[in-house]
Amino acid sequence: MSKLGENSLFSQEQLRKMLYDMLLIRRFEEKVEQLFQQGKIHGTMHLCIGQEATAVGACAVLTNEDKIISTHRGHGHCIAKGTEVDRMMAELLGKVTGYCKGKGGSMHIADLDKGNLGANGIVAGGLPLATGAALTSKMKELGYVVVCFFGDGSTNEGAFHESLNLASVWNLPVIFFCENNQYGMSGSIKEMTNIQHIAERAASYGIPGEIVDGNDLLEVTEVTKKAVERARNGKGPTLIEAKTYRWRGHSRSDARKYRTRDEEKEWKTKDPIELFKNKLIEENILTEAAFLEIEEQVKKEIEAAVEFAENSPIPGEETLETDIFA
Amino acid sequence: MRNITYVEAIREAMSQEMRANQDVFILGEDIGIYGGAFGVTNGMIEEFGPERVRNTPISEAAISGCAVGAAMTGMRPILELQFSDFITIAMDNIVNQAAKMRYMFGGKANVPVVIRTPGGSGAGFAAQHSQSLEAWMAHIPGLKVVQPSTPYDAKGLLKAAINDDNPVMFYEHKMLYGVRGDVPEETYEIPLGKADIKKEGTDVTIVATSMMVHKSLEAAKLLEEEGISVEVIDPRTLVPLDKETILHSVRKTGRVIVVYEAVKRGGYGAEIASMIGESDVFDYLDAPIMRLGGRAVPMPYNAFLEQKAVPQVEDIVQACKTIMNK
Repeated sequence: MSKLGENSLFSQEQLRKMLYDMLLIRRFEEKVEQLFQQGKIHGTMHLCIGQEATAVGACAVLTNEDKIISTHRGHGHCIAKGTEVDRMMAELLGKVTGYCKGKGGSMHIADLDKGNLGANGIVAGGLPLATGAALTSKMKELGYVVVCFFGDGSTNEGAFHESLNLASVWNLPVIFFCENNQYGMSGSIKEMTNIQHIAERAASYGIPGEIVDGNDLLEVTEVTKKAVERARNGKGPTLIEAKTYRWRGHSRSDARKYRTRDEEKEWKTKDPIELFKNKLIEENILTEAAFLEIEEQVKKEIEAAVEFAENSPIPGEETLETDIFA
Repeated sequence: MRNITYVEAIREAMSQEMRANQDVFILGEDIGIYGGAFGVTNGMIEEFGPERVRNTPISEAAISGCAVGAAMTGMRPILELQFSDFITIAMDNIVNQAAKMRYMFGGKANVPVVIRTPGGSGAGFAAQHSQSLEAWMAHIPGLKVVQPSTPYDAKGLLKAAINDDNPVMFYEHKMLYGVRGDVPEETYEIPLGKADIKKEGTDVTIVATSMMVHKSLEAAKLLEEEGISVEVIDPRTLVPLDKETILHSVRKTGRVIVVYEAVKRGGYGAEIASMIGESDVFDYLDAPIMRLGGRAVPMPYNAFLEQKAVPQVEDIVQACKTIMNK
């Protein structure tokens, strides 16, 4: 993990906030898992436990005006971009107070006011949309950049290649942020591609390709910041590949037969939250007592979110056919 | 009034809207100096420049998604999809993204994108460049579907489509591009969801779309000589559908034939026929509702076979005589 210190991009308060956000994501996901097992959440869920540093690290260098586009594994991105966990939880419980009035669920949370252009249930579905959002920024001279999250599985979709090419020839302010968590559902990246690094593909489109340790929050922020600056200065897109790991299966029904428990254990030694917490303690930015306080606050925020969601009404039938057309 | 072609009418609609609103722009393959595969954007790059008449790579997945992403962030893009058959490559962005985005996000997203695309047979372009696939789009909640048959309608409907806050599929017919008609120079809109009575009559109602409006009008002229009075209704928009104008006509004539170029099986004609059958005008019917549609074959190349694959004037004449004898 890179050094903090005087050259840090962030104040101590910001550093602690990033730790807070990572922990909030972790606890949110654990709570969602629990509510799911209790039958309070229906459908399916895609947890991002283990990937907290990519979401928080990338969003930490964005302004409120900058945009993100997320994936089906998007709770972390939402939280990192400032989406409130109470209304997220309400959405997962299908309540009318949810971000999408209970019509979107886990895979479709959007918060346009905060620059969150939405999660997407289609693999690589967000990439062309991100080019369009970036085109708006360029044509209207709005100055915002778009960070498009996607998984390693997306990179074998045509939309990935077409979008990188389009963004490159049009020099659009978009960062293609690949969270390489090693698996597209059960397909390991080693089985599904014949190259070592997804970032190598950037060369085909004449844009920079960066590889980053996705479990190292500060490394993620540094690389993303550089890409954001390039984009903001009119120098076009960057492809970032963050190597990380999803601790859970693809979704609820996944028994993870395609990988070994040893492999999982190995990755868990690189827990992004532990690594960052230890770093902050080492550098006297955080005390154990302060960490316990963060944990307590996170716990309260999650409890309040669940309470809000559980006490919210379900949508009435009269809403079934609204919101189809403007 | 001026007499101009369908192509000129479409170009004029776009040019007027682009002059009126900086957010309107066109993107598509070969639409720049080339002027588009059918010349619809001829000369537009000279007035509006390459930023707003934006030539794209041949990448239907990326450009359709880019249009959607631009629309949801505040632009009003017009995407020229070179042939309506290529919708298969753009399908994810139209069906899974544009159409559902507003609903999935609980009413928050506006997606004011127009996808203009030429469909239909008659040019000898064979199976992959001649289809009429509008029924696919009419089936998807969240999309509006327009099929203008005349230059006047094309201009007014396209302007309404550009100013509509929803995704609109705008089906042009490649064999209508050269058709002339009276079109006012000034700006005007034809509301989506308003049918037009192309010819009044008392014995049979023909509900016809796109190219079939012209063939039905020709048939009506021949039938008139034999004492059969035909009313020709052009719905102009499949979604929303102007049910009232159709039902009013059926009340008057008691006989109805739906004529459309798309494959009859599973086509939009079935929707119109059922709508009439389920309505309270059922009792006014003097004969079963008839449908005339394309044969269930991939469009053949041979000119004779191509003609045989879709309804022709003599087929419509014959159908009217048949229904008059029932």
